[in-house]
Amino acid sequence: MDLTLYVWRQKGPAEPGRLQQYEARDISPDMSFLEMLDVVNEGLIKAEQEPIAFDHDCREGICGMCSQVINGVAHGPVEKTTVCQLHMRHFKDGDSLYIEPWRARAFPVIKDLIVDRSALERVMQAGGYISVHTGGVADANAILIAKTDAETAMDAAECIGCGACVAACPNGSAMLFTAAKVGHLAMLPQGRVEAAQRVCVMTEAMLKEGFGNCSNHYECQAVCPKGIKVQFIAKLNREFIKAQITTRRDE
Amino acid sequence: MILDGKSPSGPLAEKWEKHRHEMKLVNPANKRRYRIIVVGTGLAGASAAATLGELGYNVEAFCYQDSPRRGHSIAAQGGINAAKNYPNDGDSIYRLFHDTIKGGDFRAREANVYRLAEVSNSIIDQCVAQGVPFARDYAGYLGNRSFGGAQVSRTFYARGQTGQQLLLGAYAALCRQIKAGSVRLHPRTEMLDLVVVEGEAKGITVRDMVTGQIRSYAGDAVCLCTGGYSNVFYLSTNAAGSNVTATYRAYKRGAFFANPCFTQIHPTCIPVTGEHQSKLTLMSESLRNDGRVWVPRAKGDKRPPGEIPESERDYYLERKYPSYGNLAPRDISSRAAKEVCDEGRGVGASGRGVYLDFGDAIARLGQDRIQERYGNLFDMYEKITAENAYRQPMRIYPAPHYAMGGLWVDYNLQSTLPGLFVLGEANFSDHGANRLGASALMQGLADGYFIIPYTIAHYLAQTVPGKVTTDHAEFSKSLEEVDGRTKKLLSLKGRRTVNELHRELGRVMWEHVGMARSEESLGKALKLIPQMRAEFWEDVRVPGSGAELNQELEKAGRVADFLEFGELMARDALFRRESCGGHFRVEYQMADGEARRDDENFCYVAAWQYKGVDQEPVLHKESLVFQHVPLSTRSYK
Repeated sequence: MDLTLYVWRQKGPAEPGRLQQYEARDISPDMSFLEMLDVVNEGLIKAEQEPIAFDHDCREGICGMCSQVINGVAHGPVEKTTVCQLHMRHFKDGDSLYIEPWRARAFPVIKDLIVDRSALERVMQAGGYISVHTGGVADANAILIAKTDAETAMDAAECIGCGACVAACPNGSAMLFTAAKVGHLAMLPQGRVEAAQRVCVMTEAMLKEGFGNCSNHYECQAVCPKGIKVQFIAKLNREFIKAQITTRRDE
Repeated sequence: MILDGKSPSGPLAEKWEKHRHEMKLVNPANKRRYRIIVVGTGLAGASAAATLGELGYNVEAFCYQDSPRRGHSIAAQGGINAAKNYPNDGDSIYRLFHDTIKGGDFRAREANVYRLAEVSNSIIDQCVAQGVPFARDYAGYLGNRSFGGAQVSRTFYARGQTGQQLLLGAYAALCRQIKAGSVRLHPRTEMLDLVVVEGEAKGITVRDMVTGQIRSYAGDAVCLCTGGYSNVFYLSTNAAGSNVTATYRAYKRGAFFANPCFTQIHPTCIPVTGEHQSKLTLMSESLRNDGRVWVPRAKGDKRPPGEIPESERDYYLERKYPSYGNLAPRDISSRAAKEVCDEGRGVGASGRGVYLDFGDAIARLGQDRIQERYGNLFDMYEKITAENAYRQPMRIYPAPHYAMGGLWVDYNLQSTLPGLFVLGEANFSDHGANRLGASALMQGLADGYFIIPYTIAHYLAQTVPGKVTTDHAEFSKSLEEVDGRTKKLLSLKGRRTVNELHRELGRVMWEHVGMARSEESLGKALKLIPQMRAEFWEDVRVPGSGAELNQELEKAGRVADFLEFGELMARDALFRRESCGGHFRVEYQMADGEARRDDENFCYVAAWQYKGVDQEPVLHKESLVFQHVPLSTRSYK
C-alpha cells in the first residue's frame, strides 16, 4: 500500500517545528508502524535527507520508549497497543497519516518525534518506592497477600511509563501514571507503611513538574497500552485525602 | 596464559561464606570517597547501582535509554528461579546448582553456579520486600510454576511480565538512591570507550546522545552491566538498541572475551515476514506444554494446515525425542526446526516456520482452559500475525535470544583488567554453553544485589580513592580516539545505509555462525566478515552531524563493533571442535544427530585477548573442574 505521511519535524527544543509531507510506498500490511518509518528513513538517507528521529527500543510493547501521536491519538488507532506493536494492516492504501510527538507542557520536544520525559522520572524519584535496603528482609512468604489484592496491585504495576496518558489528556495531567504507582504500592502491606507520605510527595512532584490536574476526561485510560483503569486515579484521590487528615509530616 | 577463576578452596557449600569473611571491607566512613561507574541499568546494573549507593559509595549510572526503567530485562516474560522449595517437591540449593551445571552442558564454573543457587532465595525475599507483585495462591502465599530443564516447580512469576516487575523493583530502589544523592543518573548517554590507567580500569568515555558532546568520567572502579550481543544476528529478540559496544570496547582495551560462540537460539518466536523485519518477538516457551510441533511430511506441501490429514503430518519432536517430546530443551528444538525447514518442509509464505498446534489441547481441555493459560500470548500472536491460534496452528521459528558468552570474569566478577567488573548477561560466568529458562533474571539480580557489593569492596580497599582524575593523559587519548572515530563515520558519506550493512552481517552470522556450524561455514564467515567490514568503512552513509541527536550515528558505531565482534564469534566457534549446549558443530554429532561433547579436549573456558583489528586474537584457557556434578552426556530422549 502507499501512504501519505505528515510528520512533525523539529530540529531542537528551541527551534520551530512543522509538519512535513512524505510518501511511504510499497508498505506491507505485515510491517509494524515503526518498520514502516524505518523504510521511509532508509529512503530519506539514500536521498541525502535527514531521517526522522523517533524513540523506540524493545519493539515488543513493554519498554515504554516509543511515543507517537498518530492521527491525533497517542499510540494510534488500536486499543491497548503501543506504536511498535501497531501493524500496518490497520491502515489502507491511500491513507493520510499525521504523526506527531507527545505534546504536553512537561514534555519538551528534543527532536522531531522525541520528547523529554524526565519529569516522570522526578515524580518516581520523589517517592515511587518502598524504602527498603538490600538484604536483611523477611522470608518472602512471611508476608501474606490476598490473591485479589496482589492481582489489583499487578493491574496497576503493569504501567510501562510511556507517557501516553499525559499526551492524551487535555490538561497534560500525569494522574494515571502517578496513580498507577501509588495504587500498586498502596495495595500491598509492604507499601502501606509509607503510603500516606508517598501519595503526598508524588502528587506534589507531579504538580511541580507542570503536569495539569485531572478533570475526568478519561482520555488516559482510552490510550493506555496496558489498559490501566481510571479507578486508580480515584484511589489516588482517596489516599491523598486520607493522608491530608492523618499524616504527621515531619519535614 | 592459564586463567585462574579464583574459586575459593574448601567445601562447595561453604566457599562463598568463607570468601566473604576473607575479603577486605571498606570502612563506612570511607565509602563516600570512592566513585563507582555503573554502565547499563537493566536488572544487573540497576540492582548494583542502587545497592552500592545504599552502602554509601558515590555511583555514576549510565544508560542509553531515556529512563533506567527501559533496560531490556524488562521484556523477560516467564519467571525467575529460586531454590525456595515452597511446593515441597524436592528442590534445594544443591538441586538448582546441579540442574544449572547440567543444563549448561558442563561449561560453567562450579563455585560460581553454586553461589548463584545459594543467593537465589534472598532475591525473592528482596523483591517481595520491594513490592514486586508476584503471583499468589488463595491463601496469600507465593505461587510457583515449572520450566524447561527442571523436574521441580521453582519459578516465581508475575503474569507474563516477570522481567518488567523485577526491573521496576530495582528501578524503584535506584530512584530512591538518586533522590538521596548517592547515585547520579546519566540517561541518553552511551559508553564508547573504557579508560585504562596503568593496567586498571579507571573511567569511561561517553557520548551524550542529545547534545552529541563526548566526555569522560573517572572512577575508582567500573561495572559493565550492558547485556548481551544477540543483535550481531541483526534479527533477534533483543531490543533495537542492544549492542556489544561497551563490552567490545573493554575487550579492545585488554579485558578477555570468553566463549563468544555460546549463543542461545530460542525455539518459539514469531517467524520473519519480510526484508523489513526489524526484530523478532518471542512467545513464552510455556506454550510447548500444550502445543504440538509439526510440519507436513511431504516437501513443498502448501495446503492450509487444516487440510493436511493426520497421516501426512510429521510431529518430529515427538518422533525423535519420545520421552521429552515437545518439551525438549531449547537448543535441540531449535535445531530440529531448522532441519525440517532446510529439507523444504517449512510452513508459511517464507518456508521458515513450523506449526505449533493447540488443536488437540483445545479438544481435550476446551478453549476456555487454553485461554486461561495462554490468553495473553494468543492475543499477542494475533496482534502481530492477524491469525487466530485457537482456529489454526501458530507458526513459530527459532530466533537468537541470549548470549551465554561475555567478558571473562573471576569468582569476584572481576575481568582480566583490575577494577573492571562485569555483571549479568555481559559476563560469561554462570550458564555454560546453554542457559535454562528463568535463570537470566536470577543471575542479573544475584550479581547486582548480593555479589558485587562484597567483591568490589575487596578491590577498592586495596586502592587509593580518587587517585586518577580525568586530567590523566589516558583520558585525553580516549577522547581523541572516540572523537576521531565519530568524525570518520560522519565523513564517509557513502551509498549504503547502516541498516543495510547490519542486515547483511546478520544474514552471514545466521547462515554460517548460527544454529549448525561447520568448519566450512565458519571459514566462509571468516572470509566474508572482513570484506563487509571493509565495505562498511568505505561506503557507509551516516547523515547529519556529531553535535546533535543523531540516531544513525549511534547505530553506525554499534554496527562497526558488531562487524569486528562477529569475526571473533566465528573464530571461537571454529576453534571449539565439539558440540555442546547452544554450540553445534555438524562434524561433531552422534549417529542419531545429538551433540557430541569433547571433554578430553575442550573442557575449558576459551578467553580471547585482543591483538588488533586484522590480527588473530590470542587464546587463553581456564580449565573447568567438575568435582560435584560428574561429567555426563545430556540426554532428553
